[in-house]
Amino acid sequence: MTARNPLTALDRPNSYIGRAVPRPNLTRLLQGRGQYVSDMTLPRMGHVAFVRSPYAHAKILGIDVAEAKAMPGVIAVVTGAELAKVCSPWVGVLSHLKGLKSAPQHAIAVDRACWQGEAVCAVIAETRAQAEDAAERIFVNYEELEPVTDMERALEPDAVVIHPELGDNLAFERNLDAGEVDKAIAEADAVVEADFLFGRHTGVTLEPRAIIADWNPGEGRLTVHQGTQAPHMMQNIIAKHLDLEEAQVRVVCHDVGGSFGIKVHVYADEMAVAALSKLLRRPVKFVADRIESFNTDIHARDHRCKGKIAVKSDGTITAFVIDDITAIGPYSMYPRTSAIEANQVVNLVGGQYTNMNYRARARVVFQNKNVTCQYRAVGHPIACSVTEGLVDLAARAIGMDPAAIRRKNLIPDDAYPTGSASGLKFEALSHHASLDKLLAMMNYDALRAEQAELRKKGIYRGIGLATFIEVTNPSAAFYGVGGARISSQDGVAVRLEATGRIVVQTSITEQGQGSEAITAQVTAHALGVPMERVRVILGDTDNTPYGGGTWASRAAGIGGEAAWQAGKALKANILAVAATILQSSADALDIVNGFVVDKGTDAERLPLEEVARIAYFRPDTLPPGFQSELMVVRHFVPRQYPFAFTNGIQASYLEVDPDTGFVTLLKHWCVEDCGTVINPQLVDEQIRGGIVQGIGPALYEHCRYDENGQLTNASMADYLVPMAAEMPDIEVAHVVSPTLESELGAKGAGEAGTAGAPAAVVNAVNDALAPFDVRITEIPMTPEVILRALGKV
Amino acid sequence: MKAAAFDYARPATLDEALGLLRRHGDAAKIVSGGQSLVPALNLRLLSPEILIDIGRIDALRGITVEGGTVRIGALTRHVELMNSAPVAEKLPLVAEAIPHVAHPAIRNRGTIGGNIAHADPASEMPAVLQALDAVIVVRSADGERRIAAEEFFTGIYETALRADEIVTAVEVPAAKAGERFFFHEFARRSGDYAIVGLAVRMTVSGASASNVRLGFFAVGDKATLAEKAAAALSAGPVTAATVAAAQAALADDLTPQDDQQASAATRLHLARVVLGRAVAALLEDPSLAGRTAA
Ligand SMILES: Cc1cc2nc3c(=O)[nH]c(=O)nc-3n(C[C@H](O)[C@H](O)[C@H](O)COP(=O)(O)OP(=O)(O)OC[C@H]3O[C@@H](n4cnc5c(N)ncnc54)[C@H](O)[C@@H]3O)c2cc1C
Repeated sequence: MTARNPLTALDRPNSYIGRAVPRPNLTRLLQGRGQYVSDMTLPRMGHVAFVRSPYAHAKILGIDVAEAKAMPGVIAVVTGAELAKVCSPWVGVLSHLKGLKSAPQHAIAVDRACWQGEAVCAVIAETRAQAEDAAERIFVNYEELEPVTDMERALEPDAVVIHPELGDNLAFERNLDAGEVDKAIAEADAVVEADFLFGRHTGVTLEPRAIIADWNPGEGRLTVHQGTQAPHMMQNIIAKHLDLEEAQVRVVCHDVGGSFGIKVHVYADEMAVAALSKLLRRPVKFVADRIESFNTDIHARDHRCKGKIAVKSDGTITAFVIDDITAIGPYSMYPRTSAIEANQVVNLVGGQYTNMNYRARARVVFQNKNVTCQYRAVGHPIACSVTEGLVDLAARAIGMDPAAIRRKNLIPDDAYPTGSASGLKFEALSHHASLDKLLAMMNYDALRAEQAELRKKGIYRGIGLATFIEVTNPSAAFYGVGGARISSQDGVAVRLEATGRIVVQTSITEQGQGSEAITAQVTAHALGVPMERVRVILGDTDNTPYGGGTWASRAAGIGGEAAWQAGKALKANILAVAATILQSSADALDIVNGFVVDKGTDAERLPLEEVARIAYFRPDTLPPGFQSELMVVRHFVPRQYPFAFTNGIQASYLEVDPDTGFVTLLKHWCVEDCGTVINPQLVDEQIRGGIVQGIGPALYEHCRYDENGQLTNASMADYLVPMAAEMPDIEVAHVVSPTLESELGAKGAGEAGTAGAPAAVVNAVNDALAPFDVRITEIPMTPEVILRALGKV
Repeated sequence: MKAAAFDYARPATLDEALGLLRRHGDAAKIVSGGQSLVPALNLRLLSPEILIDIGRIDALRGITVEGGTVRIGALTRHVELMNSAPVAEKLPLVAEAIPHVAHPAIRNRGTIGGNIAHADPASEMPAVLQALDAVIVVRSADGERRIAAEEFFTGIYETALRADEIVTAVEVPAAKAGERFFFHEFARRSGDYAIVGLAVRMTVSGASASNVRLGFFAVGDKATLAEKAAAALSAGPVTAATVAAAQAALADDLTPQDDQQASAATRLHLARVVLGRAVAALLEDPSLAGRTAA
């Protein structure tokens, strides 16, 4: 750990860090020159269409492929049993999630389909349309089995057990008991309980999942072009299950049209594509269509959480108790597992408050619906909604203002380092500074006055607050310790080219959030060169250092620091060359704006291209024994804290029409603390986008299954994503508490918006409807849900 | 998903189109703006053998005013209705409703003929046309039929149109003195199909209403005129009690159904709410809306 010197290079006048510089990839993307896998075509490429199970649970008795094989353009028809010879099954467990169990999952179902949408057969044809034509002529003989759909029913002793060899449908359970909960409850002035219901929803990326696998038998190598967040993880897993050496697999991931966690998992159908390419010895492409996306992209949430809070009449919170249950589909997802979300809920509830009495249980159950797994802000919206919903109920019970009860209980800003009842470690958070800033920004008191005035006129507006903590910059504690080959460190290589330009290769990936931009910014800043001179290469296991990729709000904090260190190291090496040329000492020199300058006066001595020219073409003029090193690699991983926690607070202002149940969002505010802000525009847009992705499930988004396990709204007409017209203005501000684990001090910001938005909106709706004495703890809060709560229907 | 293969014809004249339609019958589909048909093809909900593209038939275009009637050609796009001066002047209800039809990109291509032939129960125009007592003009190789809008819509995606007929135009009576109009829909997101909507025409004099037509949409398998509710509103001066009677009558007039966005009960409730608001707006008496207060 380094002590913070107030005059580090971060404070230089030509700094890119902290500036809203435009993204280098903008022009390319805006001109439609992105390189998305969906758009790629390779010679001899076949297209896959999957036949998918129409049933949630069914035995596959037989598959008649004869007619399909004779259809025009068909290259092959492959069943699960045939593919299993090329691709071994996997089990999505991690050793640090004690007791987590799951069953082997195949790339294509072999003898049983376990959710509606699971692939049971693949057709490969010259075009996707031909593959779909042929898929219609494949006749699968199913024997329907009873589906397990309700998560509580799944745990009953007489329930159908989806994987009989596992004994029951309970995949994972965690219990935690900290402090003296029973005593606190017995001594409380008020104890309030509520049942919170979180609908299933999904990520809806603009570009669906897309993969082209290209097995080259001549080279014995598989090149996989994939929209993924973690190329090295995919390289490892594809190699492992296709029985290849890791060196035989290259994963290339150029532009990706949005991920949000959807594209960090191993999908059975994508593994099938890799295996099909090996089997057929030609490139094979699969792009999920919208229906397939809804049926097979991981879903998230789907929790029922009973919560209880104990409070003293002065507002002191004295206990939190939760009992959470979630259903994850028929398999724990590979390799990150589907127990992480429930585990996070247990970790995070109440974590922003000083209270140390906390009891929690989380149960994760199997069911016959699509798989669920980590999606933006894993567990956070659940934990935040339960915590902040309970805090509002407690405030109401003792007649305290929602802002006041939070001020009373939030961990003081001078208490760090400290921890939570669940054992989380906090390096430095700023709850109170954030709360103060938010209340000032929204003009809280004036808003309360306006609310009271309007109520007299029959206009029902609500203000909802939600404080939160966010897990960012995960170390190996997330996955590595559990045995997953998922890197928690990232690497950056930087080199000075002969033209004086800079090439950066980084192991973080870009899915639209600006990884490329911050990498260029940080490197240019570290080196003292104009950003236009920096070209960033990412998303290619052959051409970047080894690393984790972009997920869990880690790219800027971890990959950014690696870029910073690499930039600094290259600068030192450049100055060493310059010093020999100039017969000066490296200490007396600096680089500003692409020139080697005299430190202090900034007098220009040599352009970088001249340093490079001499180093590359006239090394004979350098002193004997001197070897220039104009490419360096640096890696970084946080070591002291398992996670760099961030914090923040959001507020929602909205109006509810009690006759229609319609909610109009009027305004949203967020103050958050992600440490050093590398690019304010990118961070603010991450927050805004995250908030919209949190408002979605609060009001609109829902994967609606019927009791037979059929997804009934797998289309963009019926699955309502939040759209611009309904979204409020979102004001964002920051408090800055840099992490001292890195010189850059940046923590993550990708999930903060999503973590807090649902709680803020739900609390605001309940605040608006307070005069009617209703409380709603179910999302999405559709007009129907609100009308029911009001007793109108 | 990708559409199954189909043949494609683009006749230059209406007669040619009608000939093709007669020849291919059920195996053919007319395509106008394609905004509803093409998604259905891509989802393989429909796999016609041939598409007959009527987009080049000029006779189906244009908005003309003839006496007290506005004639709208079947190929008139939603955006053209939105920008039309005669529509704004003579058909204020249409002008008010059309911005609620879908999103700009869809309004740029979707046509009124396609819209009413498609007959989505949550679609605005079928209710508006019924409220305005419009006539749907259709043609087959045998000749023309004129169908009252009330008779045209028969069920979910079902109309009185025969397999060999094309919608050629709609004829809508222009607004008359004393007529007032109201349009409102409850949609989850702007541009979505409504979960309940109402298009009203009535003549107001003092506190009384006459000539009342209440076109509800998204509250049943088709857009419907609520006749009993209209009768209740037409019986003497409109009071809170009359409104309540009209709202009660909606239970008979409408047959709401459960779907993704709302239950039947919620739909009926919202239909009553929007009716109260319509009457309050049209009679300029906010108290008639019966808003909830705590
Ligand atoms: C995202 C989205 C949102 C939408 N929201 C709304 C909405 O809120 N309200 C709304 O009303 N509509 C909505 N629509 C539908 C839109 O208005 C369509 O344009 C309209 O329903 C169909 O018009 P079209 O010209 O595109 O018809 P097409 O798609 O070409 O045809 C539709 C059907 O009508 C038949 N047909 C077309 N023209 C004729 C004709 N002249 N004679 C006989 N049959 C014909 C076709 O064979 C086909 O069966 C929406 C569509 C989308 C994609």
